[in-house]
Amino acid sequence: MTPVATPFFFYLLAGLTLVSGILVITRKNPVHSALALILGLLAQAGLYLMLYAPFVAGVQIILYAGGIMVLFLFVIMLVNLQRSQREEQFNKQWLVGLVAAVALGALFVFVYIKGSTLFPANGPIPAENNNTQLVGELLYGQYMFAFEIASLLLLVAIIGAVVMAKKRI
Amino acid sequence: MLDYITSYLSMNTTPGQAGNVFWVVVYIMVVFGGVSVAVMAMNWLERKALAHFQIRLGPMRVGPHGLLQPIADAVKLFTKEDIIPSEADKLVFWIAPLIILCASFTVYIVIPFGPTHAITDLNIGILFMLGVSSLSVLGVVMAGWASNSHYPLIGSLRSSAQMISYEIAMGMAVISAILMTSLNKTGTGTLSMIGIVQAQQQQQIWFVFKFFPLGFIALGIFAIAMIAETNRAPFDLPEAESELTAGFHTEYSGLRWSLFMLGEYAAMIAVSSIAVTLWLGGWLRPFPNTLTGETWDLVFSLLPGFSFLALAAFAFIGVVRMPKHPYFRIQTIGLAGFGAVLGLIGLVLFIPPVRDRIQDIFWFVAKVAVFMYLYIWYRATFPRYRFDQLMKVGWKVLLPIAIGVLILTAIMGVIV
Repeated sequence: MTPVATPFFFYLLAGLTLVSGILVITRKNPVHSALALILGLLAQAGLYLMLYAPFVAGVQIILYAGGIMVLFLFVIMLVNLQRSQREEQFNKQWLVGLVAAVALGALFVFVYIKGSTLFPANGPIPAENNNTQLVGELLYGQYMFAFEIASLLLLVAIIGAVVMAKKRI
Repeated sequence: MLDYITSYLSMNTTPGQAGNVFWVVVYIMVVFGGVSVAVMAMNWLERKALAHFQIRLGPMRVGPHGLLQPIADAVKLFTKEDIIPSEADKLVFWIAPLIILCASFTVYIVIPFGPTHAITDLNIGILFMLGVSSLSVLGVVMAGWASNSHYPLIGSLRSSAQMISYEIAMGMAVISAILMTSLNKTGTGTLSMIGIVQAQQQQQIWFVFKFFPLGFIALGIFAIAMIAETNRAPFDLPEAESELTAGFHTEYSGLRWSLFMLGEYAAMIAVSSIAVTLWLGGWLRPFPNTLTGETWDLVFSLLPGFSFLALAAFAFIGVVRMPKHPYFRIQTIGLAGFGAVLGLIGLVLFIPPVRDRIQDIFWFVAKVAVFMYLYIWYRATFPRYRFDQLMKVGWKVLLPIAIGVLILTAIMGVIV
């Protein structure tokens, strides 16, 4: 089967991600921002597919685009949009922002230049047809302890949310 | 070019896996056309069956027994004025029905109508189906918000809360079925839709009967949650007409509204086929263990043809019972022609090569049709839930039972 991971799709998806990322911070209306964010997340899922990681792509769609972003929209629809549209959109911390942007940009340039030595070039294309099984084996075998710690943390967060939301338990 | 087209026919796999673009396009056309026809048929059947439940006649005027009613409805909706409210958010209002439509049609890519009769087989099949169909809630939320009106907003808030709540119980039920696929020699399960049915074939049992009653309870939870997911009665609170006029699509009219309807019915068929694939053995024929042997295989392979002949017989009975007044002449001729077409299809299905290829599709569609009829039955039978009752059922009843079933399935899997 011919690979779909062609440069055309990469540039299309990467461009979509960038454009939607810019739309997220420039739109005045928070609902439009959230919708642009969903578009960006879906484009990211496409990028994961191109990296031969279909399981991660599926989880990205089901969790971020289908779950978390719906909750975002849910909350945004309940707040007063008129007030948020009058407020100033960008805050004045341009110095901090500049430092962060330059640091991240420098990291990207470094990876771009040194990339060939940091990562193995032209490694074998990972098998696509048992990707999910491999992820499962890694999570419940090699990284069992970290996985359980993470689930415990999430459980604590859920209980904390319930305790804070309920006045009388 | 011709070689490229014919080379697929000798391959024993889905066109998506074979990487044959021509056949992929053909399959997509066939599946989407079939789903659209099924939606129209479902539209007619729902009105007719609901009417008979309530001792009415239902549509009778357009065509014999109202058979042409869906076409008349489609023409009416196409020619209706398309209204966008002046205070609405134009872009979001415009995109919302398209999102619902795309989300509910995209999932058909992985639905297995037979071992090779799917557009493609993804390694993450069931995850893909659940993920993409959960995107349709975005369309509902966007439609409700963009209308800039009270009823749609309340409707879409209800809808998003409901769909997120029931998605969890649904996911738990699905996981318990996927756990059952791993009960083979190597101990690895699968998420691929075709792989799940093949696992049932290897274990020689449909998952609904596996670890009785665990599989049965899981299917029950899924069957309840899928009605809530598709916003159908008795969980149709987002469009409760007595409280919210029409819920999230109150402000929509004409073609856009019909896109919502098309998306809703397509999603109903899609989730029903998830249930059929996971628990009811997908394309496998009933009684594969008890009624074995050449003769039974032949009998079961003749059933598709006979079912079409039965439909043709019903049509001809309708022709005989039609009033003899000259006013009904055209309708009588039309019904006779329809019956003749059905009979001809039935006869074609008896030809051995066609018979062998069509069997699995027939059983899959028949099982899905049962679920579609159940949708109508529920709508005619149950009164609508109140919203707090709906949430209580979702979180306090379905979710604990689903988690319990999941844990018990895991324990049984370890013991057996």
